[in-house]
Amino acid sequence: MTRALFGFAAGLLFGIGLVVSGMADPAKVLNFLDLFGAWDPSLAFVMGGAVVTAFVGYRLAWRREQPVLLPRFEIPSRVDLDTPLLTGAALFGVGWGLGGFCPGPAWTALPLLAPGTLVFVPAMLVGMGIASFLRAPPRSAKAPA
Amino acid sequence: MMVVATEFTPWASLIGGVLIGLSAVLVMTLFGRIAGIAGISTGALPGQREDWLWRLAFIAGLVAAPLLVQAVTGEPVAQTVSDNPVVMALAGLLVGFGTVWGSGCTSGHGVCGLARLSTRSLVATVTFLGTGVATVFVLRHLVAGIAS
Repeated sequence: MTRALFGFAAGLLFGIGLVVSGMADPAKVLNFLDLFGAWDPSLAFVMGGAVVTAFVGYRLAWRREQPVLLPRFEIPSRVDLDTPLLTGAALFGVGWGLGGFCPGPAWTALPLLAPGTLVFVPAMLVGMGIASFLRAPPRSAKAPA
Repeated sequence: MMVVATEFTPWASLIGGVLIGLSAVLVMTLFGRIAGIAGISTGALPGQREDWLWRLAFIAGLVAAPLLVQAVTGEPVAQTVSDNPVVMALAGLLVGFGTVWGSGCTSGHGVCGLARLSTRSLVATVTFLGTGVATVFVLRHLVAGIAS
């Protein structure tokens, strides 16, 4: 219950950050990507503020032996550049440029009930489900050993 | 593709970015995990991963945020979303598939990964920014130019 409460609080903080920064508005994101048109550099300031804060805060967090609510830190350790990383990021960027939504802002925009958002979020979940399935098929779908 | 002019908001965007960063730090301090929304979304389904509950609660927090902001400020959150269902369905599929296939989204790679100085995340971020800029360029300056 404690974990759920703090998880909710962290998500709320993230979502407030998205709303305050203007990133819950796909028009601002698309205008950031429109370097040769109606360019709005705001997104760079969002990224800058977030990365610098996380850079400093992570180093303070890692001074602990373990996280507060779970037994150990689980941080990605891979360093290789594989094809899925590149193709996945490339496809994501195309979708981002089409709709102006990435996953966080799409969730946060959901209760504003724009018709486009109500199409985007279920489609995003289907896309995530397909990729998860192809990456790690459930046991029942694997050929018997 | 409809183009809506937006106002450059350096201070609000910087402050909002710091709040996003603080949330990422909170997730690392409490749960020891990356605050990547794509990963949190796929991990929020019961049974997918142990400890799915905090992830589901995190998503609930994301969804509750604009309602809280509207209640406090008394003003609606301004946004312009394309209402072309074909474009938005294709966009959603690509974003969902791409972020899971590429192990991260704007927050997982762009914020948390860059803060960890991860080379994979830097390459992913440059890649999705590049294809995002290219997509908007094609839609707004090539296709729109031919159509007009």
